[in-house]
Amino acid sequence: MNAAVLTGEHFMTGDVACAEGALAAGCRFFGGYPITPATEIAERMADRLPCVGGIYIQMEDEIASMAAVLGASCAGVKSMTATSGPGFSLMMENLGLGLVTETPCVVVNVQRAGPSTGLPTLGAQGDMMQARWGSHGHYEIIALAPASPQEMFYHTIMAFNLSETYRLPVLVMADEVTGHLSEKVVIPEPGAIKLKNRPKAKGRKDRFKPFQAGPNGVAPMAIAGEGYGIHVTGLTHDERGYPVMTEGAQEEMMHRIVAKIRDNLDDIIQTESYRMDDAEIAIISYGVSSRSSLAAVDEAREQGIKAGLLRLITVWPFPEQLVNKLADRVRALVTVEINLGQIHLEVQRSAAGKVPVHLVGHTGGTVISPDTIVEKLREIRSTHG
Amino acid sequence: MDKLKARSDHPLDALLRTDRIPHIWCSGCGIGTVFASCLVAMQTSGIDLNKTAMVSGIGCSGRGAGYIKLDSYHTTHGRAIPFATGMKLANPELNVVVFSGDGDLFAIGGNHFIHAARRNVELTVICVNNLNYGMTGGQAAATTPCMAKTPTTPLGNPETPFNLPLLAYASGASYVARWTILHTRDLTKSIEEALTRRGFSFIEVLAPCPTGYGRRNKEKPLDSLRLYQERTVIKNGADPSDVILDYQQGITLGKFIDHERPTFLDSYDKTCRINF
Amino acid sequence: MKYWRVPLDVDEIQVTRGIVHIVEERCKGCGYCIAYCPRDVLEMSSKYNVKGYHPPVVKKPEACVNCHYCETICPDFAIYSVEAPPQEGDDGKHSASC
Ligand SMILES: Cc1ncc(C[n+]2csc(CCOP(=O)(O)OP(=O)(O)O)c2C)c(N)n1
Ligand code: SF4
Ligand code: SF4
Ligand code: SF4
Ligand SMILES: [Mg+2]
Repeated sequence: MNAAVLTGEHFMTGDVACAEGALAAGCRFFGGYPITPATEIAERMADRLPCVGGIYIQMEDEIASMAAVLGASCAGVKSMTATSGPGFSLMMENLGLGLVTETPCVVVNVQRAGPSTGLPTLGAQGDMMQARWGSHGHYEIIALAPASPQEMFYHTIMAFNLSETYRLPVLVMADEVTGHLSEKVVIPEPGAIKLKNRPKAKGRKDRFKPFQAGPNGVAPMAIAGEGYGIHVTGLTHDERGYPVMTEGAQEEMMHRIVAKIRDNLDDIIQTESYRMDDAEIAIISYGVSSRSSLAAVDEAREQGIKAGLLRLITVWPFPEQLVNKLADRVRALVTVEINLGQIHLEVQRSAAGKVPVHLVGHTGGTVISPDTIVEKLREIRSTHG
Repeated sequence: MDKLKARSDHPLDALLRTDRIPHIWCSGCGIGTVFASCLVAMQTSGIDLNKTAMVSGIGCSGRGAGYIKLDSYHTTHGRAIPFATGMKLANPELNVVVFSGDGDLFAIGGNHFIHAARRNVELTVICVNNLNYGMTGGQAAATTPCMAKTPTTPLGNPETPFNLPLLAYASGASYVARWTILHTRDLTKSIEEALTRRGFSFIEVLAPCPTGYGRRNKEKPLDSLRLYQERTVIKNGADPSDVILDYQQGITLGKFIDHERPTFLDSYDKTCRINF
Repeated sequence: MKYWRVPLDVDEIQVTRGIVHIVEERCKGCGYCIAYCPRDVLEMSSKYNVKGYHPPVVKKPEACVNCHYCETICPDFAIYSVEAPPQEGDDGKHSASC
């Protein structure tokens, strides 16, 4: 097992597949802290990283884990941490540091039911809004939602690629069920995996401005030890990285870190449609709930209900325009997620009152059964015709 | 004389972001002196400065990273050490210096300090101990002397402060020293040594915060320096448990611990990378 | 003159002479350099710098021994000393009574 990419067919859990995805993506630093149901990612990384020239360190808590991951990335190494709700909460301040210092890295949250210690061993999707807004201040974030071990492998690679391309922490918002589920995972040849690396600093070292946007709005990144002598701060800063305590500097910096995401939505947002061509009711779901939704679509079709599924691969940024257009051609939208309505709020907002938006959700501890969804679809058909 | 006078480059200008000087530190604040010592030590130690990074947390002392013309990272409150840990482990060629305050390193960041020392991560940690939270207005810290007055201990601090060298030693630091800003030569030499030692090095530097601690405890900047002169004794090799910070008893300065043991990376290589 | 710790060989050592430079606009007037110069070279000026502080001024230029102490104690990178070029008739010895 000394190869970074374990090409072949495997039967593995989502957590293990996530670790393998990270290694295949070039991750060589993991700083973490054990927590159910994400522990297996750390365990796999502890086992595998030293074999591929990387390093695993179990930090003293998740605050330290997130800080160490940022430090490692600033030293030029692709880095990651994995956690669940309580640890995710502890990571929030340094997540903000990563966002404002534009430090690429990946944070995996294998969600369990909360708030607080909640149901440590049982799944939920209750941290979706925390993923969006959990750190203070206004920002854009990228979050992916894998629905199978195979996707935990690929989404982790995708997360690294996005984080390197756009220079920010990218979130993989998995859930306990997907993390612990064992399924077939196909790992391709290393050559078949496309990897992205952060834009490199170039030019005269004394004139380099570490926060000056490149063509796609992303600034090339200088790494500690390359000789650029850069300054990086969580304070509001200018292109040189120097703190500037004015509203003008805040506006300029924020505009840039928000625009690099907003101006590249087409490249970032990924969704999948299932039986949507003639759908009259569209389900919008992600992660493990999209698996139940998929089964529900087939069952509903059997019963003569023209249902379809829009599956979100990228949950954040939310595919607002897509959902808005969708609302023009269906009679109703249904959000399916394991919480009491988080992405649902986005669906409602994006539908802009054009069609009714329903929710199938609960507070966590189990998956949503296809039957519950079909039940809702039948109810919708009878009320909206 | 006039010819020479025209030359106004300070010998540290090469290592300073001179376009950011004057710095934010108040008149008489000791942070600048500790920072200058650190820069001198970096210059004289012979380490490769292009491979040297400074990491700070938040606080007046935490602004240090913003003034050094090297790779420098101003992180979050208390988290300089774990950030620096990630940096050092990701690229062991880097010399990583943590420059921060007592509140940052020992209150909010205390847990990280003890664990980095325990692991013996190869970091040089310089703590400006001004006995309070300077930046937020002089409130009590984990280092504030018992009975001292601060805005959050208006009748006197009921708590007992840490003995930082003892804490560092007990946690496993390889190098432990304490100086004051008056002892600039010893301090610079100590930082120089720490920079070239393997393992976790810790230097506590007593420095006045005239605006916060000083004002409320009737200690003018020069009074603090007088205390550093009159109430200190240098005892290299002193037992860290005997170096409680108490001006009534007299304060012990010196290099207390200088003892090499395997670093985190030494052990990691030996234990986890055996077959590779 | 005042020494904080008097060197044992104070009478014999060859002492270099120094020239002290003050970067006035950086000074914040703390007085540390003045109070701790072992040779009492400096005093506080009565004028103000751009920031409204009184910077030090050289009162006894010939007394400076280029010990750099002012340079190292200054929290503001505002003062430093350089070696003075040797002067004619100067044997470099410094008498204890100066
Ligand atoms: C999480 C968090 N809590 C509180 C603060 C506010 N804060 C900023 S600096 C500081 C204390 C700094 O004290 P110290 O490290 O001793 O530095 P000094 O200013 O004394 O040099 C505090 C509490 C913060 N920035 N972040
Ligand atoms: S408040 Fe205190 S610590 Fe902060 S700069 Fe002023 S004197 Fe220094
Ligand atoms: S170099 Fe020494 S003698 Fe000269 S002014 Fe400075 S402190 Fe005084
Ligand atoms: S020590 Fe520096 S800041 Fe203080 S008075 Fe002297 S020159 Fe000015
Ligand atoms: Mg302090």
